[in-house]
Amino acid sequence: MKKSQQLAVDTRPWRDTANNKPFVRIKNVTKKFGDVLAVHDVSLDIYKSELFCLLGGSGSGKSTLLRMLAGFEQPTSGTIEIDGQDMTEVPPYNRPVNMMFQSYALFPHMSVEQNIAYGLKRDNLPKGEINDRVAELLSLVKLQDYGRRKPHQLSGGQRQRVALARALAKRPKLLLLDEPLGALDKKLREETQFELVKIQESLGVTFIVVTHDQEEAMTLATRIGVMNLGEIAMVGEPTDIYEFPNSRFVAGFIGSANMVEGIVTEDEPGHVRIRSSELGCDIYVGHGVDCAPEQILWWAIRPEKCRSAVKNPRRPMMPMSLRAL
Amino acid sequence: MTAAHSPTIPPPRRLKPWNAVERGLAKVGISGRMLVLAAPVLWLLVFFLIPLAVVFGISLATKQFGRPPYSPLLTTEEGTVQLTLHLNNYIRLFTDNLYIAAYLSSIRIAFISTVITLFVGYPMAYAIARAPDRWRNILLMLVILPFFTSFLLRVYALTGFMRGNGVINQFLGLFGIEPLVMMQTDFAVYVGIVYTYLPFMILPLYTTLVKLDVSLFEASADLGARPLRTFLSVTLPLSLPGIIAGSMLVFIPAIGEYVIPSLLGGPETLMIGRVLWDEFFTAANWPRAAAVAVAMLLAVVVPIMLLQRAQSAVVER
Repeated sequence: MKKSQQLAVDTRPWRDTANNKPFVRIKNVTKKFGDVLAVHDVSLDIYKSELFCLLGGSGSGKSTLLRMLAGFEQPTSGTIEIDGQDMTEVPPYNRPVNMMFQSYALFPHMSVEQNIAYGLKRDNLPKGEINDRVAELLSLVKLQDYGRRKPHQLSGGQRQRVALARALAKRPKLLLLDEPLGALDKKLREETQFELVKIQESLGVTFIVVTHDQEEAMTLATRIGVMNLGEIAMVGEPTDIYEFPNSRFVAGFIGSANMVEGIVTEDEPGHVRIRSSELGCDIYVGHGVDCAPEQILWWAIRPEKCRSAVKNPRRPMMPMSLRAL
Repeated sequence: MTAAHSPTIPPPRRLKPWNAVERGLAKVGISGRMLVLAAPVLWLLVFFLIPLAVVFGISLATKQFGRPPYSPLLTTEEGTVQLTLHLNNYIRLFTDNLYIAAYLSSIRIAFISTVITLFVGYPMAYAIARAPDRWRNILLMLVILPFFTSFLLRVYALTGFMRGNGVINQFLGLFGIEPLVMMQTDFAVYVGIVYTYLPFMILPLYTTLVKLDVSLFEASADLGARPLRTFLSVTLPLSLPGIIAGSMLVFIPAIGEYVIPSLLGGPETLMIGRVLWDEFFTAANWPRAAAVAVAMLLAVVVPIMLLQRAQSAVVER
């Protein structure tokens, strides 16, 4: 995969794996439920202050992976390290990790304040400190006047923010978010996306977000891990995943693409020539391809990259490449 | 039936005769809604309120020989109707120590049994609610199974376990342990009540526990609460409606329990149900028995109303 130019001060530690230690290290993690393989041999490094999105369809294993990070599920094999410590066997209540649940899981018998203070009380903090922290969090999520309400007296968006405040209350090193915006309507979702990124950037907490919404992942993430059938299909920055998908699955899953099967007829240093019977003409692919002549492969082109030319309207100007299968 | 249907859903088709019936009733001013409400109202009136009024009436009479064995409330004498109300049955309830002792003892036994039932039933209900789906119905079935045999038979069967040469003592005898005296004691009454009323505790507890979202427990653990803390701060308060409902279902019938204390209890086991039976059948004092029943009803109605108020406050959240 070709990389764009390196910045002077790179804020993207995953581009320099030699000098940066990953914050979360998932090593060869497999999870079986009975005979069902939910997560299969996943290895993943996530760095400090990242907003990492696990993207995948339902049943892709993304939620199971998140639940293993939180400690609700034990990996069948493999290890999970957080901040250099092995967390594989540590119960959820001893992990420096907090989770925001898809259903929000707010305690219905407690007020907003009590919900947010719940985690702080478990740390036996003095009362004054808890109250200060709760007030601070309420203003962070702009719910200063709602502290005494019960969750059922709030709207969906307000509940979402209480859930976020509660998850942030203990200043976790790592925040796990399971479909954080899934229950909101489209308009609110877009507004909240930005708020979420803003909060993440201002606090510097590492976020791991599970989502099935590729648009959401593209907007939020510093990096995306695309999951399919319990495996990580690809890990990369949003633009990499979009422009240089490493498999037919990723190309088809992210955005829309026209995909055609073809055979390599010419393999020159600057380009390859692909013949495909479906299209009825040959295609020149300019970059990023490494393949042998006579190889059968799939190539894809994003619709927005198509230009119509008068002479040969079927000939795309900027075809994008795809790995051979 | 007069309510307007929403325009998108066509009204269900009905058989023709019903339309005619409905029109006919509408002329007299009776709507379908009233008919639906009338059924439970009539039921309560015929099988609850009228009998209650009869009992209340008898409680204000005095014992006399003959048939019926109590004095009439209304007498006609030389063209005047005379209403005679005797309050001495009620006065006796407060002056005779037997009745007060019986009430207090009933409440005590019912309360202790309810607490024991709660402590036995809660873990069972919790385990069933958290069991895998395919086990859940089987386990619930096992809870309900005792209802398929007669209540009397089951209580009687307990004597087979607890009597001097019963199953338990024979088992203990194998280890050379002296036989225990269990029958005709308060202990046997507690065993009987807990055993008989356990399903009434488990079922409402189960229904509240099974509805609780598992992610609430996970959220609690995630925020640093150990399992016991999660139970005390999340599970217990959220299952309070089930605890109240189950306790009511055990406490209220246990106060008036007659069969269990008379089959398993000893002569010193004083419960109001037995006093009532004795008044009614042994002493043939219908008015006194009726007064005992009315007083018991009042004694139970007050806590029911208080508990229901508490429950609706909890349900309201």
